[in-house]
Amino acid sequence: MTASNQTLEQILNLAAAHFKVPREKLTADDDFFKTLGIDSLQALDLLTRLEHHFHIELPDYELQGVSDFRTLAERIQVRL
Amino acid sequence: MLNLDQYTCLGEALRDALDRWPNETCLIEADRDREKTRLTYSDFKEVALPLARALEDAGFNSGDRAAIIMTNQSKWLISAYAVFYRGGVLVPLDYKLTAAEHLQLLAHSKAKFLIVEYYLWRAITQSPEFKNNKLTKVLVTEAPLGADLAGAYRWEDFRRKGDPAFVSRGRADVACIVYSSGTGGRPKGCVLTHDNYLEQCKALTAWYPFWPGVRYLSILPTNHAIDFMVGFIGPFVCGACVVHLRTLRPEFVRDAFVRYKITYVALVPMILKNLERGLRAKFDELSAGKRFLLYRMIALNKSLTRAHPKVGLSRKLLSGVHQGFGGELLAMFTGGAFVEPSTLQFFYDLGIPVANGYGLTEAGTSLTLNDLKPFRADTVGKPLPGVELRILNPDSDGIGEVAVHGKTVMSHYLDDPELTAQTIVDGWLVTGDLGRFDGNGHLQLFGRKKNMIVTEGGKNIYPEDIENAFDGLPVKECCIFAANYLWPAKSLGREMLVLLLRLEQNQEFTEALKQEIIARNRRLPDFKRIGGYLMCGKDFPRTASMKIKRIELADDVRKVLGRAAVVEL
Repeated sequence: MTASNQTLEQILNLAAAHFKVPREKLTADDDFFKTLGIDSLQALDLLTRLEHHFHIELPDYELQGVSDFRTLAERIQVRL
Repeated sequence: MLNLDQYTCLGEALRDALDRWPNETCLIEADRDREKTRLTYSDFKEVALPLARALEDAGFNSGDRAAIIMTNQSKWLISAYAVFYRGGVLVPLDYKLTAAEHLQLLAHSKAKFLIVEYYLWRAITQSPEFKNNKLTKVLVTEAPLGADLAGAYRWEDFRRKGDPAFVSRGRADVACIVYSSGTGGRPKGCVLTHDNYLEQCKALTAWYPFWPGVRYLSILPTNHAIDFMVGFIGPFVCGACVVHLRTLRPEFVRDAFVRYKITYVALVPMILKNLERGLRAKFDELSAGKRFLLYRMIALNKSLTRAHPKVGLSRKLLSGVHQGFGGELLAMFTGGAFVEPSTLQFFYDLGIPVANGYGLTEAGTSLTLNDLKPFRADTVGKPLPGVELRILNPDSDGIGEVAVHGKTVMSHYLDDPELTAQTIVDGWLVTGDLGRFDGNGHLQLFGRKKNMIVTEGGKNIYPEDIENAFDGLPVKECCIFAANYLWPAKSLGREMLVLLLRLEQNQEFTEALKQEIIARNRRLPDFKRIGGYLMCGKDFPRTASMKIKRIELADDVRKVLGRAAVVEL
């Protein structure tokens, strides 16, 4: 498994646990607003969780226009 | 507070404010839990005047237009003041738009100068439309050292010594051009005068005054009419302080209330609901005994504050809750989109009044506001002083289109006399919103006559603005409607956009087509996305120039299809 795939996998696991959604229901290209049924503030909450997990800091604007797990993983990967 | 009647323009009032309260803190800027900037009115002047002088030396003169595209931060207000000092016209643009949309509105507004944050400028310069821009000077804030600024200037270095010449403007002169919509369709640039803003400020502060020591937490975008007024003009002309928080992360918003002992905040319904959710979760975590006691205190507070808020008493009865908000919160403002009455009531019962209001960019900031005498969760309040409202063509329930007249109503739409004439009729601005007055003079809203939605984040979304995302979809024709426009709901809740599809003869709606719609929808910002689609059984009626006759089409649809025909995406 590549580093970026590992990052993606960890994001999917964290999102499933944080929003109490079965992990198998989430896929990389899901629109997380839709799949998780969350608004943009709850997405920021997830971002905070991810920051703590990966020990990075992501400005809010990094999430602007991002709505799928794969792109989110790419944004995080470049900061690892 | 300054006596605003004595001023002819915002620049004059702000200039006097800086001299009147030199030692009061006017701005605090925090990024998460890190404080980045703290300025007194005197500091603010020291930072702003060299910028105004540099603008002057660069040829920025009376009536010239300068756009700002920035998140909430101190440089937004400093730049705006420098523009007003030089008699300029401010064009505040929404930083959440795409680069192409920014360029489109910059072109429409004919802005000569642009003041922009680095990450936004980088996106703008990478847009294919960038080569056509007509900007003469661009100032970029917070650019990394050595960054390629594509010919722009570094905001932090754009300074000149010497006193700038102050340029006064008249009350009828243009202060701002604010876009209420139109990025994909017909740009609606609301031309607002200095008189509009000074009168709006006077009306709002009559009901909710600011004073030195008051701290307003600014988390709505400053380009938004509400934050521009209650997060800039209002506090400044009263010697109060604006706290900018450069993140919307809920945990830092909560922290900022406490850290800065916030007095007022304006919120969109989404943030209000988020706060409610957080509080309810905390209440649920309490032990059974503590929870029982808390709910008894809430019930007691509710009964004792039925007639009007008693902040001191509520702070004593529910000290834990109030301490969680810093202990000095007087009220929260909301408006612009539908707010669940239960959310408003939840906060009021805790002793934290939420003043729900109603306004639109075309009429300044706010037309009505809850005056809390008594609190009402089911209305958007009463007209502010100086605002005249009437209900046009009321039905048997008294519900009709809301029209407004008063000094806060915009002058016109920029370069669009036809749209202006449709919107301002005999001096009355027709809002497109449906409402009625109750026996106590409170306005209640019941939906929209216009084809648009307002999101929980307070964004106006017009179908025409996003239709280009579906251009070339492999169907015969398609267009977008607000569901509540197709099927009037007498409510502002459940707002969504729907895609109306007309398939080719013998064409089937395939899974591939559905996936294509989903993919295109996802390319739109989340707040602009359609919520579902439905099929139209006949060709769209069109004008001689092939434009869709939307009113006729909407009539056709509602005759044969109900809301249940919408397939949610």
